[in-house]
Amino acid sequence: MSTPRPWAGIGDALARVGAHGLFLLQILAALPASLRHYRETVRQIWFTGAMSLVIIMTCGLFVGMVLGLQLYYVLSIFGGTAALGTVVSLSLYRELGPVVTALLFAGRAGTSITAEIGLMRATDQLAAMEMMAVDPLAYVAAPRFIAGVVAMPLLACVFNALGIFGAHLVGVSWLGLDNGTFWSNMTSSVDVWKDVVNGVWKSVVFGAVVALIAVFQGYTTAPTSEGVAYATTRTVVFSSIVVLAVDFVMTAFLM
Amino acid sequence: MAQRRSYQIGSGLFILLGFAALAYLATQTTSIANFSQGPSYLLKARFTNVGQLKLRAPVKIAGVRIGSVESIEVDPQRLDAKVTLSVDRRFRDIPDDSSAAIFTSGLLGDQYIGIQPGGSPDMFKDGDEFVLTQSSMQLEDLIGKFLVNGSPASKPAANDEPAAQAQPASPPKKS
Amino acid sequence: MPGPEPIAEPTRDVLVQVRGLRTVLGRKTIFDGIELDIPRGKVTAVMGPSGCGKTTLLRHLTGQRAADAGSIRIDGAEVTRLSRQALFDLRERIGYLFQNSALLTDYDVFENVAFPLRQHLKLPEEIVRNIVLTKLEAVGLRGAAGLMPAELSGGMMRRVALARAIIRDPMLILYDEPFVGLDPIALNQVLRLIRTLNDTLGVTSVLVAHEFSAVARVADLVYLLAGGKIVAHGPPQQLREDPSPWTRQFFGGEADGPVPFQYPARDYATDLGFAQVAR
Repeated sequence: MSTPRPWAGIGDALARVGAHGLFLLQILAALPASLRHYRETVRQIWFTGAMSLVIIMTCGLFVGMVLGLQLYYVLSIFGGTAALGTVVSLSLYRELGPVVTALLFAGRAGTSITAEIGLMRATDQLAAMEMMAVDPLAYVAAPRFIAGVVAMPLLACVFNALGIFGAHLVGVSWLGLDNGTFWSNMTSSVDVWKDVVNGVWKSVVFGAVVALIAVFQGYTTAPTSEGVAYATTRTVVFSSIVVLAVDFVMTAFLM
Repeated sequence: MAQRRSYQIGSGLFILLGFAALAYLATQTTSIANFSQGPSYLLKARFTNVGQLKLRAPVKIAGVRIGSVESIEVDPQRLDAKVTLSVDRRFRDIPDDSSAAIFTSGLLGDQYIGIQPGGSPDMFKDGDEFVLTQSSMQLEDLIGKFLVNGSPASKPAANDEPAAQAQPASPPKKS
Repeated sequence: MPGPEPIAEPTRDVLVQVRGLRTVLGRKTIFDGIELDIPRGKVTAVMGPSGCGKTTLLRHLTGQRAADAGSIRIDGAEVTRLSRQALFDLRERIGYLFQNSALLTDYDVFENVAFPLRQHLKLPEEIVRNIVLTKLEAVGLRGAAGLMPAELSGGMMRRVALARAIIRDPMLILYDEPFVGLDPIALNQVLRLIRTLNDTLGVTSVLVAHEFSAVARVADLVYLLAGGKIVAHGPPQQLREDPSPWTRQFFGGEADGPVPFQYPARDYATDLGFAQVAR
């Protein structure tokens, strides 16, 4: 047994980051070729985006309702329940919408991307494409990457809209907040560019991060059922960590 | 092939839904919703301190929104804040001796400009400036005053603006 | 019986020519100077015990794996030095049958067979349909066009994969272990297909396998691979009677011989600890 050296772990982590970076370059290089497979991209937008709608909408509604309840309670201590709409919408647009959507997206779409590509690797489907002179980077990897980048911000917007609806339901319909106050306070303090659009940018980046990790893990999986299982787990773990870390960095620079 | 077609339609619907959500968020829940659609005219007001007033903050009369803050800039000569207000054309008949003040909506809310109508027979025209303005009420100043028994003289000298006092601004300047 | 070295000079009749192929995987030498000539229009089998690198050899031929040394020429092109694009152009003329068929699980049988056509040619739907159904008819699965790969048996999957491999009328078809896991009926079907496709389409077939009885029924020429070298080659009948220990062990199915039963290991007694007691 050799004694573990601290820098060995750092080297591994660096190598991993580097491998993802190189893979991203490969995908970007394959983008022009993948334009020929736009149908496949559309299909992937369906699988990653539209198929995630139910979970995203349900979770958005509940997150909004919980926010409504919790913040109503907190704000009522300060006599500021009028600000409920503002606080809910700002926390959704700037933070919770992109982040929670990205985590759900990693769990719902990321894992299925990894498992699908991993199985394609394990059953030689990727090698078969190579043999049929079809570049799997352009046919398999790039369309899923694009789909992630396209679908994520749209899902985050749907999540936010449902969140606002949920908070409105709780705050206005149940707790008796004035409807006009709810909306006018929100509209007077939420800014399109600083709040909504910055949130969209975040989710674009998160979509790229999750899709890259998911495709990479599937593409480089050990071609066994065990390897696919590990790769799927790693997709969720890595994308959660990276999304939250990138979120911190982006918040520091954007806001 | 029919399979492919249904994917395309589904993806199209999904993208449409996403953009609809984005459009809804951007237009209905943000300050864009407050942009007056109709034509507007500009008024100017000078404040020694605008506090937390932001661009596109509401301009209200009697608590009702009639316009928004168009720009906030510092006058390099007089070293005060020159705020331009964009007011809806429908509210053209504002007497020219009305006063403008910066208020805070609620204890923690955002700031807005409230206009107190005066009694002059003449009305504001495009580009006119308010004679009477009242700066933002600084919470710190208020607390400071209470802490030192309400004596404004013992405040720190850095901010010596009597907060809640109407002050005459410069003579009205027609531009 | 000629050894591995003296093989016929390259002629117009040789489609694939391998010279001095060396591959090292980790510390194990897989190939140590392989020399192969695959004649045009014939069925050539490469046989050898499991783990001797038969599949790796096919991957070298198609440029999926780079060799450490040596030259591979297919139809005059040096595979080891082709650019990625040139390699793809070459692969469009090669059909490859994977051991596990490697059908695309997302698509039904029809779309699987049509895949290479759709990817490389812009053909009217009607023509695609005709070509695909012709090839499916050739493998006897025209009626299964609408099934998904998951609904097929192993033998049917292999026949679909075969239809996909011949869809572009390749000059060369590579079969990776086409007989593994087939029942006798499916085995006979695949054997007949390999033979008829080879004779009717005029392609060159290379198959990698270890079942001599099956290979003997279809191959014109057999190469026997063991210990990283070609240890024998010739028509199947000739190899059956060949006296060399390699052929005797392989075709006789003896457990021990030049291919050792024991994996290389330390001295048995030392491993068990007896050597120390003896001291």
